[in-house]
Amino acid sequence: MYGFGILKGMWVTLLHFFETFIDDFRWMGKRYYTAEGIEHRRNKGAKGIFTVQYPEEKLPVPEEFRFIPFLVYEVDEQGNKHDRCTSCGICAKVCPPQCIWIVRTEDPVTKRPVPEPVEFFIDIDICMNCGYCAEYCPFDAIKMDHDYELSSYDRHTQHIYNKDKLSKPVSYYAEIRPANYTREEALKAAETAKKAEAAAARAVPAQPAN
Amino acid sequence: MANPAPVAPAPAAEPTELEKRFPGAVKRDARPGYEGHIVEANKLREVATAIRDEMGYDFLSSVTAVDYYSAAPGAENFIEVVYHLFKSTGGGALVYKVQVPRDNSVVPSLVDIYPGADFQEREAWDLYGVKFEGHPDLRRILMWDGFEGHPMRKDWIEPYYEEDLKPFKNRWPEGQVYRIEDHNPFGKNVKYPQGFDPTGFKESDDPRMYATLEQAAREYSEDIDTEQVVVNLGPQHPSTHGVFRMAVRLDGETIVALKPVMGYLHRNHEQIGERNTWIMNMPFTDRLDYLASMSNNFGYALAVEKLMGEKAAPPERAEYIRVIMAELTRISNHLWAIGFLLNDLGAFFTPALYAITERELILDIFEACAGSRMMCNYFRFGGVARDLPAGELDKIKDLVNDRLPRKVDELDLYLTGNELVRSRCEGVGVISPEDAIAFSAAGPVLRASGVPYDIRRADPYSIYDRFKFDVAVRYHGDVYDRYLIRVDEIRQSLRILQQAVTQIPGGEIMTGKNPYQVRVPAGEAYGRVEGPKGELGFYIVSNGKANPYRYHVRAPSFINLTVLEKMCVGSKIADVVVNLGSIDIVLGEVDR
Repeated sequence: MYGFGILKGMWVTLLHFFETFIDDFRWMGKRYYTAEGIEHRRNKGAKGIFTVQYPEEKLPVPEEFRFIPFLVYEVDEQGNKHDRCTSCGICAKVCPPQCIWIVRTEDPVTKRPVPEPVEFFIDIDICMNCGYCAEYCPFDAIKMDHDYELSSYDRHTQHIYNKDKLSKPVSYYAEIRPANYTREEALKAAETAKKAEAAAARAVPAQPAN
Repeated sequence: MANPAPVAPAPAAEPTELEKRFPGAVKRDARPGYEGHIVEANKLREVATAIRDEMGYDFLSSVTAVDYYSAAPGAENFIEVVYHLFKSTGGGALVYKVQVPRDNSVVPSLVDIYPGADFQEREAWDLYGVKFEGHPDLRRILMWDGFEGHPMRKDWIEPYYEEDLKPFKNRWPEGQVYRIEDHNPFGKNVKYPQGFDPTGFKESDDPRMYATLEQAAREYSEDIDTEQVVVNLGPQHPSTHGVFRMAVRLDGETIVALKPVMGYLHRNHEQIGERNTWIMNMPFTDRLDYLASMSNNFGYALAVEKLMGEKAAPPERAEYIRVIMAELTRISNHLWAIGFLLNDLGAFFTPALYAITERELILDIFEACAGSRMMCNYFRFGGVARDLPAGELDKIKDLVNDRLPRKVDELDLYLTGNELVRSRCEGVGVISPEDAIAFSAAGPVLRASGVPYDIRRADPYSIYDRFKFDVAVRYHGDVYDRYLIRVDEIRQSLRILQQAVTQIPGGEIMTGKNPYQVRVPAGEAYGRVEGPKGELGFYIVSNGKANPYRYHVRAPSFINLTVLEKMCVGSKIADVVVNLGSIDIVLGEVDR
């Protein structure tokens, strides 16, 4: 029958239309502006309205989400900051759009390079959020951030981030990427234990010779 | 930049079929790491005809050029035009090349033997300055009309030039930071020919284009003599899915001739790719077809792994993850294509939004696994970047076993039987199977015309030979079939996914260490995958250094546009938009 196909299609849209209200009724107003409500609207059984009212509502970002790198620093007992970065330059070398600039210095006395960088710049207008710097950093010193709300009033002066702006404490990293943090710490602990064991093994046979 | 090894004398080997057939005109390419034959330019057309008619290589996949250039004195400099051909019944590639001098690079055109060479030859002319003798319409295709020089030549330097190869030296350890834009201000970032005044620019190629339209119009005969008009659709029009222009010559409402104009989004992706190191290209491939970045990653990874050999063969789990991601991408891409085809038909946004809802759930998975919804950058040479996070596999299982099949059926019920959709789509933009092959159409466009050619079956890569699925094929070659084939393909992808998510083993996701500098042996490779839009190929040449010597993308939506004129001529102006929508182009890939 001509027109039956159209009617079937309109039945589908009608169902979509009512599903929202049925779901609203079931959730008694908790469907919007709550974390559970947002989660409900994006799971496999989601029906009816699907959109999220940004910025009042925000989708939670998954752990692997990457947006603009930051530098990780550790804080010791005295409250001093120590960069994990050793200015080895791998991130600057692997960066596809070449948006990382690192200034390394030498110790005036020994003439050897100082590990912590003097300055570290990232031009966030050029950064393509590929995550290579974090992926290839051998010291877990640069990581990708979760903060995606970076708009500013003046791109000419504010979009080259320096070391101050890029540095964030290791606790922040542990907070946004708990699984990665735990895995890396376990690896590091295992490595330290292995080194200690090797050192002990070296020390033991040395003793009888004395 | 040194040349790869010069042509070495061929080892005493059995002459191939081609060498026997054309003694003297064809010789084997004996450079280490290279394959195929080198054909004399003056015999090219004869050889190409024989290869098509006698040997059955009827599908011209890719035509591109490579500039072998070294400024060193005495270096052997030449331009090589590379042809990759396949049989539409399946099987591996036949490669042949033509070498011509750089200062006088003239190659006979193959447009009348393979009409699919049209845009690709224009691209090679535009970017490399290879003159294709006999090409009916050899104009620039990606660069602008007044452009001077051929930007892919190795001795061409862009107006804002830092260094030949990345990484740039001033980034580390001195870190002399500056804003690139301050050194490259708007308005001064273009190099003009000497004595050129951009404000008085009149020498556009448009009159030549209109002349070709007129030529086509003369061949079009109509009993009543009516006045024909030229209408430009685009470049700024929502129906073109980006910045894309079609110059159409109309007789009343009937299309007499059509010329696509593109390049508005051109950024010389391939030149960027040759400045980059191997691994740096991976996130750049995301920006080609930005609706299907996982497939782009797949193609590039395959091509480089081909060159790297056994040591970069991905482990089992990585292969499964790759297939899962590639098929999810296909589904999300086809949902988008269907949704926006309906938009083009005038069903404004309701079907599109229903389709995008499901796509959004797939993108959530990409975001959780790869870190980004669209710019995934997930594949590495020898595996994938990271394992699936805990719980993601269950989410994928829920989607492919429960939600997506349900929703595809719903979409089917919603649209397929709709009489308005059928009357707008059936019998519109018909492409015969012969034309589809001749014009090098690939993917859904080819299969909707009744050619069951799917690289996953015809020339299997990765682990596709393990899965049970049917090659979707439809036989009318019209817009309606190009819609239906996408629904079919979503269903077949779901079948593959349902097998993959149950079979996926545990274990490593990376062979080797994932170094930031990979070693790629010298040679050439052509890696191709069945992308959602068609055959996505990457032709790469390595000279053993840290950067690709040549990096070429065989972009399916670019080459599928070759057939657009054929599709549209004779139909009404209102159908142009639908025809274009049914090819499913993404301008990021067309313009590169």
